[in-house]
Amino acid sequence: MSTSISTNSMNSSNQTVSPGVSPGLWALAWRRLRADKIAMLAMSVVAAFLVVLVLSASGLIASDWEQEIAMSYAPPGFIGADAVKTEAIKAEAPPPENPLDPLADVLRELRKTPGNQQSPSVNEYGVPDPLATEMKEIYSELAKKGKAVVAERVPTLPFGADKWGHDIIKKTIKGAETSIVVGLVAAFLATLLGTLFGAISGYFGGRVDDLFNWFYSIFTSIPYLLLILSVAAVLQQKGVTTIILILAFTGWTGPFRLIRAEYMKHKNREYVWAADAIGASHFRKMFIHIFPNVSHVALVQVSILVVGFIKSEVILSFLGFGVPVGVVSWGSMLNEAQNELILGKWWQLVAATAAMAVLVTAFSLFTDALRDALDPKLK
Amino acid sequence: MSQESLLKVENLRVSFRINKKESVETVKGISFDIPRNSTVALVGESGSGKSVSSLAIMGLLPPDTSSIAKESKITFEGRSLLDLSLAERRQLCGKDISMIFQEPMTSLNPVFTVGFQIGEVLQLHMGMNAKQARARSIALLEEVGIPDPTNKIDAYPSQMSGGQQQRVMIAMAIACEPKLLIADEPTTALDVTIQKQIIDLIEALRVKHNMSVLFITHDLALVGEIADKVIVMRSGEIREAGDVKQIFQAPKDTYTQALLHCRPSLDSRPWRLPVIADFMSNIEKTGSIVIEHKERPRGLNGDEDIVLDVRGLGKSFYTREGFFGKKEFRAVEDVSFKLARGKTLGVVGESGSGKTTVGLTLMRLHQATAGQAIFEGKDILSMSNKDFMQYKRRIQIIFQNPYASLNPRFTVGQILMEPMQIHSIGANDSERAKMAYTLLEKVGLPAIAFHRYPHEFSGGQRQRIAIARCLTMKPEILICDESVSALDVSVQAQVLNLLQDLQEEFGLSYIFISHDLAVVKYIADQVMVMNKGKVVELANSDELYRNPTQAYTKTLLNAIPRGLHA
Repeated sequence: MSTSISTNSMNSSNQTVSPGVSPGLWALAWRRLRADKIAMLAMSVVAAFLVVLVLSASGLIASDWEQEIAMSYAPPGFIGADAVKTEAIKAEAPPPENPLDPLADVLRELRKTPGNQQSPSVNEYGVPDPLATEMKEIYSELAKKGKAVVAERVPTLPFGADKWGHDIIKKTIKGAETSIVVGLVAAFLATLLGTLFGAISGYFGGRVDDLFNWFYSIFTSIPYLLLILSVAAVLQQKGVTTIILILAFTGWTGPFRLIRAEYMKHKNREYVWAADAIGASHFRKMFIHIFPNVSHVALVQVSILVVGFIKSEVILSFLGFGVPVGVVSWGSMLNEAQNELILGKWWQLVAATAAMAVLVTAFSLFTDALRDALDPKLK
Repeated sequence: MSQESLLKVENLRVSFRINKKESVETVKGISFDIPRNSTVALVGESGSGKSVSSLAIMGLLPPDTSSIAKESKITFEGRSLLDLSLAERRQLCGKDISMIFQEPMTSLNPVFTVGFQIGEVLQLHMGMNAKQARARSIALLEEVGIPDPTNKIDAYPSQMSGGQQQRVMIAMAIACEPKLLIADEPTTALDVTIQKQIIDLIEALRVKHNMSVLFITHDLALVGEIADKVIVMRSGEIREAGDVKQIFQAPKDTYTQALLHCRPSLDSRPWRLPVIADFMSNIEKTGSIVIEHKERPRGLNGDEDIVLDVRGLGKSFYTREGFFGKKEFRAVEDVSFKLARGKTLGVVGESGSGKTTVGLTLMRLHQATAGQAIFEGKDILSMSNKDFMQYKRRIQIIFQNPYASLNPRFTVGQILMEPMQIHSIGANDSERAKMAYTLLEKVGLPAIAFHRYPHEFSGGQRQRIAIARCLTMKPEILICDESVSALDVSVQAQVLNLLQDLQEEFGLSYIFISHDLAVVKYIADQVMVMNKGKVVELANSDELYRNPTQAYTKTLLNAIPRGLHA
């Protein structure tokens, strides 16, 4: 309403437009986005994650995550090393004997022997390690050769350590690198495929559209996980690239439908007819005239897919189709965490989940705001 | 409060929020009243605040973005509407005050039958049960002139024509016998013959039910036919209010005078149409009305050079029927005409007459199914796309809606330079830019427009951009498809003058497609009347308007609102 007023008065009064540089639609979208406080907060969170990603990828931080610097399952610093001691004491006092236990004799044997040999190493089950002396020898020999892993293992770390004594914070940062890269690249690839197919299908219609739709229908009728597993089976190798390809090849269907619908709508708009009238080619009409007008759909699809793919990577890693051994991702961390949780070692799970939840939430909020800001109808 | 005043609006101020801090006042303290048993017309161009005022009376303004100032008062039969609670307001609206909207196609819910939708009003406000409501709905449909109401009551809106849908809307509005009926541009979306029927219906119902009608429109001629009192609004203010006779015969306000003059009329054809802005500044300067009385001669005498010769043009659309069957719909059938160089052919007809299809087929935006179009001795309809490329730039089209025909993501400069790039007009981009600047000047836009985006311009300015885009290719034939229909009266006059100037300067030939007979009379040398895809009559425009030979042409001409003079 307000715009029609201003334009009306504008056109009656000598047709002058206020001077100054004219803001494009992207500039207007940015202005709308900047007015949205939550969006800006979400965007800075996402940006912070990306900065960490870049730093970690360039080796400035968390490059030494694989060093086993702490004791196995060292607890977070705020719980303190005391917790370990009490646990150890508790472990030293064995549970009372169960008279019905058929293995009672064997257990008694086991508990007696280490006491005689004064072996100190008792694991978390309260059972002494029978190989403790041998391990000690191996370690001391390694130390002689100067290959000591860590001279002194610290009892506690700011957010604890995993089974091998890796710092959880560094591991989470390194894991973020894999997860975010997988999410972003796969989302871009999937949207690219979906946009290309959708544009061709929606613009040309008819037989071409039928062909793509049949392909789409067959593709979506296969159960999702089965599809992922079959792509994984065909690609035959584990690695980040494989995961990206799996996700991209299965994820293009959503953008395809949306972009196709947009192209079907836009190809009959007058501005496209006008482009036809001045002699623009099909390619020009598709990608120079129509695409900028539907790009917001593609962009929003990218950001929605990023969120979904980060989660999918977790699922894939959990199923064992994820990153190979030696590469860490949030998915592989969660996969480890399921065993640890039974032992009460919750910190790895919390670290990976919290990092993922914060990023995904921020990204979703940002996406929402982005869609509002880019929607030309809302102006 | 006086006895005969039904609704009294005092000092109504409505403002809309644009963002958190700023808001714009769209209605700036207007006051008027509507007497009982009378029709009051609210006239104004887009953005004048006429619709906002009516929505304020109905309480339909969006509460989160708009606000009505505290000092505003709307009194209906002694009750202050703005002080009522929401529930009381709902009770009143729909029962004592009801409204008809502009677009019948979108005001009716497409998934319910019309009987259900009318019945809903009756059950809500009159406390009827389903059976009573159905009986009353049938009576109402009969009253608004729907044929076979007992069957039509179970029809869905999509099964009815636009005119019938508007009748259903009116039936809904009068269902509870309101005292005030607000009609917001009820006929703008309808054909001129249907418009006449609807206007007559509203007037008949008003007399029968002792209602008052608040009639909102942009069309002054229509007002002359229906209203008792006229209120002219501009930019949220009332410019003039008075008796319909006084407004038409002795308008006091310069804006009202300008409005009356800048609309092309059927009686005369001035050399140039007066434009509101010029008109008003003229009056301010000289204190008197200056109207050019020089008439522009139109028409062909038969020895003109023919640019385009269309013979037996046909276009059919096919819909699938059954598994193998096809159903043919003939949108255009056997259309033949000759377009003379430097002259204008007007194509008129109601919606569905095929007039737009003719234009699009000649542009090859639709593939013709029959006929030839001879341009420079060659049939442009049968040649290959590649061969047509060199002819493409010489036949251009300006579309109806300037808001839709410009790509919103291109700057005006890009829009103007693209066709030159495609057709390799101009040696390089800087030369093309220079040509674009010249054209912008030619269509009356400032040079700064080059770097701006279409959404920053008003409708009239956008249509100028669209015209400039066509001119970049130096066409010989320009098809104007309802090119001024979406524009306000004053802007319409400016664009028509521009088209006229360009025709004189470049010797362009126009095919001017419009449903507006007055505009066509003004601009066209020859007029072709179309109905249901066929040519009804083709003659010189003066001749056709003076002595129509076909019955359909006569009906069409009789339906044109002529203001008070009729």
